Amino acid sequence: MAYGAAAAHGEHHDHHPTGWKRWVYSTNHKDIGTMYIVLSLIAALVGGLMSWYIRLELAEPGLQHITDTQFYNVLVTAHGFIMVFFVVMPAMIGGFGNWFVPLMIGAPDMAFPRMNNISFWLTAAGFVLLMLSAVVGDGPGTGWTVYPPLSSVAFHPGPSVDFGILALHVAGAGSILGAINLIVTIFNMRAPGMTMHRMPLFVWSILVTAFLLVLALPVLAGALTMLLTDRNFGTHFYEVAGGGDPLLWQHLFWFFGHPEVYIIILPAFGIISQIVSTFSKKPVFGYLGMAYAMVAIGVVGFVVWAHHMYTSGITVNSRAYFTVATLIIAVPTGIKIFSWLATMWGGSIEFKVPMMYAIGFIWLFVLGGVTGVVLANAGIDFALHDTYYVVAHFHYVMAIAAIFAMFAAWYYWIGKMAGKQYPEGMAKLQFWVFFIGVNVLFFPQHFLGLAGMPRRIPDYPDVYAGWNMVSSVGAAITAVGTLMFFLVMFYTYRAGRPVSVANPWGEGATTLEWTVPSPAPFHTHEEMPVIAGGAHGHGGHGHGQMRPAE
Amino acid sequence: MRDSVQRWLMSIPMAAVVMLAFVAGSRAEGVVGQSQPWQMNFQTAFSPVMEKVHDFHTMLLVIITGIVLLVLGILTYVILRFNAKRNPVPSKTAHNTLLEFAWTVVPVLILVVIAIPSIKLLYFANKAVEPDMTLKVTAHQWYWSYNYPDHGDFAFDSIPVPTDDLKPGQPRLLAVDNPVVVPVGANVQVLINSDDVIHNWAVPSLGLKKDALPGRINETWFRADKEGVFYGMCSELCGVNHYFMPIEVRAVSKEAFGAWVEKAKEEFAANGRRSVDVANNGASVR
Repeated sequence: MAYGAAAAHGEHHDHHPTGWKRWVYSTNHKDIGTMYIVLSLIAALVGGLMSWYIRLELAEPGLQHITDTQFYNVLVTAHGFIMVFFVVMPAMIGGFGNWFVPLMIGAPDMAFPRMNNISFWLTAAGFVLLMLSAVVGDGPGTGWTVYPPLSSVAFHPGPSVDFGILALHVAGAGSILGAINLIVTIFNMRAPGMTMHRMPLFVWSILVTAFLLVLALPVLAGALTMLLTDRNFGTHFYEVAGGGDPLLWQHLFWFFGHPEVYIIILPAFGIISQIVSTFSKKPVFGYLGMAYAMVAIGVVGFVVWAHHMYTSGITVNSRAYFTVATLIIAVPTGIKIFSWLATMWGGSIEFKVPMMYAIGFIWLFVLGGVTGVVLANAGIDFALHDTYYVVAHFHYVMAIAAIFAMFAAWYYWIGKMAGKQYPEGMAKLQFWVFFIGVNVLFFPQHFLGLAGMPRRIPDYPDVYAGWNMVSSVGAAITAVGTLMFFLVMFYTYRAGRPVSVANPWGEGATTLEWTVPSPAPFHTHEEMPVIAGGAHGHGGHGHGQMRPAE
Repeated sequence: MRDSVQRWLMSIPMAAVVMLAFVAGSRAEGVVGQSQPWQMNFQTAFSPVMEKVHDFHTMLLVIITGIVLLVLGILTYVILRFNAKRNPVPSKTAHNTLLEFAWTVVPVLILVVIAIPSIKLLYFANKAVEPDMTLKVTAHQWYWSYNYPDHGDFAFDSIPVPTDDLKPGQPRLLAVDNPVVVPVGANVQVLINSDDVIHNWAVPSLGLKKDALPGRINETWFRADKEGVFYGMCSELCGVNHYFMPIEVRAVSKEAFGAWVEKAKEEFAANGRRSVDVANNGASVR
């Protein structure tokens, strides 16, 4: 355990800038990770308030609270953008990815610390631009899909959509830089002995995610640029009158947009794998299958985009292809679900809050996944396309599942990040309130969608009143659960029990972040830890799934 | 505010009336293709495509419910059996080739079972084999217009009825002034186009949903198997009145349809020929 000495030694060098300079100029992966998490929390409050306002309007038929329907559309648009680009991505990739990828692979920091800084500030600037887009002019009422011609200058005059485009450009640039940083770090800065096949699954998930970002975001950037020039410089990429085609946008958008949903959920897979393994006190079942299932999801995720366009008029043969390709994704995702179950099987499971959230995640992901199998079929999708069934599906499988993974990650790692432990009882109550809330909120939306209620409408025919009210009650419960999370967080920072040991979770927590002191010092792994599978007699420092045979 | 609460409360008895009318099938009007309060599944199918969608969905529902129950069952067993109290010493098993092979191959087989009827349904729903008539649909912000090229090429606009002008029995946000009228039992080829932004012509109970794009003609088809009225809503975000762009289709007997065509020719000719010629529309869009 030469490593423990190295960590103790490291504290001598624990000098860091103080005050605002520590944060604004930061090149430290932990500080930047923390800033990403704070940005995500702020954005989550904004995006969450928007969704509760939407649910308040939808609680009953008629236009009561939001009588300006353009404003309603702006809320729907901004809620989507904020949650995708400024809540989930910053928290998972910028936040936990920044914090724990270097710690888990035994690297002292990210490969490009200054680029790490600009990645964060570009993301923060993107959030500001997006907020501005809602207050300049009438706001973008286009939905997060920004389909032209609705997003063209003829139907959205004024600077709102342009601000939105710039927001995504800037945030996208930040994400691409962050992704490059993560790829380079993971490929080049692994400690000796930390082979690719010994990397913790969270690192694998971030690696695959980073590749998806680098490949998908430039396509969005290109599409957005063409929209920007259509709007401002007289080009006609998407304008029929000039020989353009609005479907071009849809293809480009979804070529980015579908990998984007995996960008959101893959890091969640990684987090859940770590947590399930830790609290089952078992190595992850089928480690290689789990790693390559994520790679497969990433690859196949690039060739299924047009399943978002089944009603757009693409030919029947391409719909048949996209149906089959989309169904195939169920195979690697099935491998993940069953491997988590098999990891728990035979384990000695401790039901700490991170584990409860991980089990909750599996439940939500399975429910959202099977409705995905239904929607994959172009022959049935047209009955459900653009209805609340789709809203229920993607909130289960991607949105709420991602939030569960983020809560799980926060509870799992807060002891390492802050050096304080969350209050177990309060947090358990928070879990139950939130879990019940989201299910009451989203499950009835399946019924509304099957019954034919379209999405993105501020008022609906009176027959849909019943389930909408139930759904809104669920939203209120979810709001209470969210408030409780902020209370738990506040309590933890103010009065949380200090974590005195490097590893508060015991034998199941075998990854390298649990070998550095809690809270993790400003600089860690200043001397490279050596990972030699089996050499320490208990599987080494690496992840539990390491096999001496490798 | 009080208005809306009242409306919400009223919607329950009102919906019951609608349901009653639906059950009774009120002979003069025929069936009503619409959702019911607290409905949990698809609207009743009144077209061959929607009936096949129902059947396929029933099959999928069995499969996905099975999968969810299987996972829930395993999860429950694991929680009860392998918690730290009952199983203090964890096993170290991390591989089982046969098991991993099984949970890769079995899902593939299930997917094949799904894919075959799925593709069949897709091709069946794609277009009418032998259409009896053509209906041209043109979307505008925020109403639809319809054109009957096989019946004298008359055209008319279908404007949503504001809430205050609703007649008894007309559902809010769904009724229009001039519904589309088709003969019952006829295979109707539908050609869809838009005059401005993207809309979507959707009638759930007839299994219809197709984007209306500028500069492009989309095709779909339906056959109303019963006389009645079928409601739908625009299903692609199209601006501030997206929520209030309903579709109302009436299926009537062949004789009644003939009579309606004669009347419509006169009535809508007086309005002047509207520019709803689908084929030329793209060029006129900005």
